[in-house]
Amino acid sequence: MIITNSLATFGKYCLFMQRVFTIPDKWKVFFNRTIFEINKLGVDSIPLVMVISIFIGAVIAIQMQLNISSPLIPAYSVGLATRDIVLLEFSNSILCLILAGKVGSNIASEIGTMRVTEQIDALEIMGVNSCNFLVLPKVVAFIFFMPVLVSFCIATSLVGGFLVAVFTDIITVSRYVYGLQALFQEWYVWYGLIKSLFFAYVIASVSAFFGYYVKGGALEVGKASTNAVVSSSILILLLDVVLTKLLLQ
Amino acid sequence: MIEVKNVTKSFDDKTILYNVDATFYTGKTNLIIGQSGSGKTVLMKSIVGLIRPEEGEILYDGRNLLAMNQEQVKKLREEIGMLFQGSALFDSETVLGNVMFPLMMFTKMSPAEMKDRAQFCLERVNLKGADNKFPSEISGGMQKRVAIARAIALNPKYLFCDEPNSGLDPKTSILIDELLSDITHEYNITTIINTHDMNSVLGIGENIIFINKGHREWIGDKEEIYKTSNEALNQFVFATDLFQQVKRYIISHASPTPPPSTQK
Repeated sequence: MIITNSLATFGKYCLFMQRVFTIPDKWKVFFNRTIFEINKLGVDSIPLVMVISIFIGAVIAIQMQLNISSPLIPAYSVGLATRDIVLLEFSNSILCLILAGKVGSNIASEIGTMRVTEQIDALEIMGVNSCNFLVLPKVVAFIFFMPVLVSFCIATSLVGGFLVAVFTDIITVSRYVYGLQALFQEWYVWYGLIKSLFFAYVIASVSAFFGYYVKGGALEVGKASTNAVVSSSILILLLDVVLTKLLLQ
Repeated sequence: MIEVKNVTKSFDDKTILYNVDATFYTGKTNLIIGQSGSGKTVLMKSIVGLIRPEEGEILYDGRNLLAMNQEQVKKLREEIGMLFQGSALFDSETVLGNVMFPLMMFTKMSPAEMKDRAQFCLERVNLKGADNKFPSEISGGMQKRVAIARAIALNPKYLFCDEPNSGLDPKTSILIDELLSDITHEYNITTIINTHDMNSVLGIGENIIFINKGHREWIGDKEEIYKTSNEALNQFVFATDLFQQVKRYIISHASPTPPPSTQK
C-alpha cells in the first residue's frame, strides 16, 4: 500500500514537473517574476543564513579545539577542520535543511493558499499554465541564487570561527588563518556548490508540488506546508548520500 | 451559445450529474440554480473545463470542449471570463494589476494601452480611485467588481459567475446583479450565473436551469417560475413566507388577458 501510494505520488510529481518545464507564455513576465522570486526567496534569506552561519562557524571552531587538543595534532587543524566541515556539509546540506524550513514552507503555503482561494483556477480559466507560471520562476530563481547563499554561508561560517580565535584564547588568529589555507582542495567548494543546486531544486519543486495539490482550507494548507518541509528534508538527506558517493569517490 | 448534452459526472462511486442537458443563450443572463450539493458547481466547472465529465458534450458555439486538444482549450479560454465565489483576485497585485493581468498575458498592448483598458473596465464596473489598493484593502463588493472588471478585460464571449452574491449585503447584491445583466446585454455575451440567491433568480433570470440531485429538473425564465407546478422548484424558490406571499401576490394580480398595447 505504501509503495503503491509512493509510486502514485511520484508519478503525479513527474506529471506536475512536465507542466512546470514548458516554454513560458511570455518571456518578459517570466523574467520579471524570476527577479521577484530571487528577491523574495533568495535575498530575503541572506540575513538568516548569515546569522546561523556565524554562530555555527563559531561552534564548530570551539568543538574542533576541544576534540583535537592533543600535542600530536598541530594547532592549525582547528582552522582546517572548521573549513572542511563548512565546505563539505554545513554550507550545503545543513544550510539547505534550514532553508527547506524557511523557503519550502513559504512556497507551499503561498501556492496552497492560491489553490484554496481559487486563484489557481482563475489562472487556468484564463488559459495560463498555472504550474509553469507559478512554479518555474521559483525553481529557476532558487537554483540561480543558491550558490550565492552557499558562498555567504561559507564566508560567514569561517568568520564565525575567526571571531572565536580573536575573542578567546583557545586558538591564535594566525594558526586559525593558517589552518584555513592548509591542504585546501578546490574540489570541495565545487562539490558543495553542485550539491546545493540539487537541493535547491528539491526544495522549490517538492514544496510547490505539495502546495499545488492542496484540497480543503487553511488546515490543509498548514498540513501541506509541514509535509513539504518533511519530504524536502528527507529527500535532501537521501540525495546527500547519493551525491557524496558520486562526487567524492 | 453554449450547449450541454448528456453530461454525467461522478466522484468515486457517487454520481453528481446525471445526463444533464441545457442550453445557455447569447445575450441572456443564464442562471443555474439549485440547493447546496445539488451539483450546480460541478456543472459549471464541467462547462468551463476545470472538471472533465465522464460522458456528454459541451458545445461552445458548436465547438466541443471535450474533444479539443490542449492548444484549442487554451485558445477557447481566452474567450472566457470567470467571476469566482471568493473573487479569486491575486493577492500580490493591486486592483489595477489584477485587471491588467489578462491583458499582459494575452495581448501585445503597450503598458499605457493596458492601463487605459484596465481603467476603462474599472470605470465600467463603477469602481474609481482604488487602482493602487490591494485586494485585502477593499470591501467584498469592491472585490467582486474588480473580479468582473478583470473578467471582461479581454472582451470575453462567455462569462461565468460562481455565486457572485455570496457574502454580500442585499443592496450590493442587487448592484452586482444589475451590473452583470447590463454587461451581458451591452456586450452580447453568454453569461452563466451559478446562484441560490432568490433575488437574483427573480430579478435577472432570463433563462433559468434548475438542478436537483444531479438532474436537470426544470428550464424557464423568471416569469414562468411563478407558475411552475414543479414541487422541488417551488420548495426551493419559494421556501420562505416572504417569497410565498410574493408568489401569491404576483399570481393574483396577473391579468387574465394581455394589456391592449401588447395584443396583436
